[in-house]
Amino acid sequence: MEGEAMVTERSGADILIEALTDLGVEVVFGYPGGAVLPIYDAIFNQTRIRHILVRQEGGAVHAAEGYARATGKPGVVLVTSGPGATNAVTGIVDALMDSIPLVIITGQVPTGLIGTDAFQECDTIGITRHCTKHNYLVKDPAKLGDIVHEAFHIATSGRPGPVVIDLPKDVQVATAAYRKPGTANLPHKGYRPQVKADPSLIGAAVEMIASAKRPILYTGGGIINSGPAASQLLRELQRLTGAPVTSTLMGLGAYPASGDAWLGMLGMHGTYEANMAMHGCDLMICLGARYDDRVTGRLDAFSPDSTKIHIDIDRASHNKTVQVDLPIVGDVGRAMEDMIKMWKASQHHKPDLTAWWAQIEEWRARDSLYFPPSDTEIMPQEAVRRLHEATKARKPIITTEVGQHQMWAALYMGFEGPNKWLTSGGLGTMGYGLPAAIGAQLGNPNALVIDVAGEASIQMNIQELATATQYKLPVKVFILNNEYMGMVRQWQDLTYGGRHSHSYSDSLPDFVKLAEAYGWTGIRIEGPDELDAGIARMLETDGPVMVDCRVSKVANCFPMIPSGAAHTEMILHANEVSGEMDDEAKALV
Amino acid sequence: MHIRTEKAERHTLSVLVDNEAGILARIAGLFSARGYNIESLTVADVTEDEKISRITIVTSGPRGVIDQIISQLDRLIPVHKVTDLTELGAHVERELALVKVRGTGDHRIEALRLAEVYRARVLDATTSSFVFEVTGGSEKIDKFLELMREVGLIEVARTGVAAIARGRDAA
Ligand SMILES: Cc1ncc(C[n+]2csc(CCOP(=O)(O)OP(=O)(O)O)c2C)c(N)n1
Ligand SMILES: [Mg+2]
Repeated sequence: MEGEAMVTERSGADILIEALTDLGVEVVFGYPGGAVLPIYDAIFNQTRIRHILVRQEGGAVHAAEGYARATGKPGVVLVTSGPGATNAVTGIVDALMDSIPLVIITGQVPTGLIGTDAFQECDTIGITRHCTKHNYLVKDPAKLGDIVHEAFHIATSGRPGPVVIDLPKDVQVATAAYRKPGTANLPHKGYRPQVKADPSLIGAAVEMIASAKRPILYTGGGIINSGPAASQLLRELQRLTGAPVTSTLMGLGAYPASGDAWLGMLGMHGTYEANMAMHGCDLMICLGARYDDRVTGRLDAFSPDSTKIHIDIDRASHNKTVQVDLPIVGDVGRAMEDMIKMWKASQHHKPDLTAWWAQIEEWRARDSLYFPPSDTEIMPQEAVRRLHEATKARKPIITTEVGQHQMWAALYMGFEGPNKWLTSGGLGTMGYGLPAAIGAQLGNPNALVIDVAGEASIQMNIQELATATQYKLPVKVFILNNEYMGMVRQWQDLTYGGRHSHSYSDSLPDFVKLAEAYGWTGIRIEGPDELDAGIARMLETDGPVMVDCRVSKVANCFPMIPSGAAHTEMILHANEVSGEMDDEAKALV
Repeated sequence: MHIRTEKAERHTLSVLVDNEAGILARIAGLFSARGYNIESLTVADVTEDEKISRITIVTSGPRGVIDQIISQLDRLIPVHKVTDLTELGAHVERELALVKVRGTGDHRIEALRLAEVYRARVLDATTSSFVFEVTGGSEKIDKFLELMREVGLIEVARTGVAAIARGRDAA
């Protein structure tokens, strides 16, 4: 800090704020503590970045995920050292699994105290090393600017993911010069994700599609991550090729649920036609999905007779579980654009897939989304269907918790566009939905945002009700209250002879009173005759609303491919299936 | 139910990385997190400015797992390049071992004779012991140690494998 210095020096905390502002950050989700007080003081002195105070750090990360998924921009989190950082870990893993771009800034004890078991010290770098795309311990404020810029570049490019910046308190206070770096100056020269796919491979893919008799487009979250243009390109690729489209849980909305070629979601709780078409296709075109075990079922029986094309920006996704014939590394949106160009240039006609579609219609006729209706109690599927009918005109953003309600929302909501469906797919984190809805609402103030929840999951981050109240966010929480950890109970029904070990949601709070205690409106829906009116009241009510919708306690989620079974071994709309499985099946996830 | 295992191949990987704090933990942790084997791992910086290190990893696993290991390493941010030297074919691998042997009389003479056959150098000697330095491929060193065990092996320090492609070009 010599007086004659040409560039003014500022504190690490100010450099952080400056860099975040340069990167276009508008919202930070955070929670203060000793090790981040200098940053909080820097936040106090400015108006460019809005800080949203959550009620637990876990909520901050999920809110940032919701914000990112709904806006396409990276989510930013600020938490203190020790317990602040450890509370954030679940959300960080969640973002890694679902490829959500996040930058998480964690406070750390001063550099001199690192390694001494200081108050609120934990090895944040060690803990998060393998659940981040990358992480940094910053020891010099002069390097902080470059690191923040690189962290955003890494989080948002290639296969997106969470990046942690661990910032010791003395580095927040010490001063240095900050200049906005160009991407050429970033520290890691080796990081160059391959965005453009090899044209010869794209050409090969186009020829394969043109000559396929039974093609299928198997789409995933990569299309959403690629940006809204990729969803449009998918639709055009479908129009040109005439191929049917299915999607993973993470990719819903990329192709419209009302589209003619839509087969519904695939996988463990996917539709019969989607799974049978995956099984029976002669060409599988996997676009930004990763052959997850929830999609493939038993690997040795997975689509045995198909040729497989796999386009993914992450080379490590290729041949990880399923061997593919044509792996292509690149951004899926760009790759589809190139495929469309080549398709047109080679003047391919739309292939005649009449026989394939006739076969698919037969599978569709099984109506795998049918469920037994009831006059006396609300069927959860019916509740979601009514919710969809009542809200679809407003193109709502739907978040979920984890469990049966999540699958029902995926199957019965019907998504027409990208960035409208926010769910914890890879990690399956209960407690995701409410904070994610808060983040989504912040990024889209005028949107209708609904968390379709379970009565068990919603309690995992219930404290975030206060965050919505504080920031006047009109989030809606629609609880499908079956008084069970329904998905656990379902597996116990199917695998453990119906022994419901600790899956009953005992001692539930009165959700209406709970909502009111937090300044929300609470609504209870008891029976089928109250369903539509209850939903209507939720939608009419300004401000945040929590609906306790009492649904059938025993309904199970079908269709289902039992764990370890093949796509052809689906259980369709069974009323009650009970049984015991052998040890091999019990050992599967 | 019993746990099943698959047939493994041995591969030597050469990985160029940014020489920065935590890089070894990143690599080693990737192997443990994903259940890959490490038979040997060596590391040292290899450029004039000390900014790049070469890590040589000997690993084993089924073919598909080896491919995954390479892809997973490649995706770490500080990794510049991963080369599968085993797949490449022509390359040399060397390891160095320091071997302490104790014995008198015939055992002592036998130890010296064997050391000569294996071109091991004597780095330290007392009336009842030797420290040998031996270099070579891992198998040669294994064999040397096996023989030394019979004449009085006390302790061993091995460097692990360093490897490089043959010929005039960088791999
Ligand atoms: C943090 C966390 N703990 C445990 C689980 C395992 N789990 C998956 S679904 C589920 C039950 C969810 O119950 P509820 O929220 O009521 O949803 P429902 O299945 O009844 O719709 C549990 C415990 C999980 N996914 N996440
Ligand atoms: Mg429940």
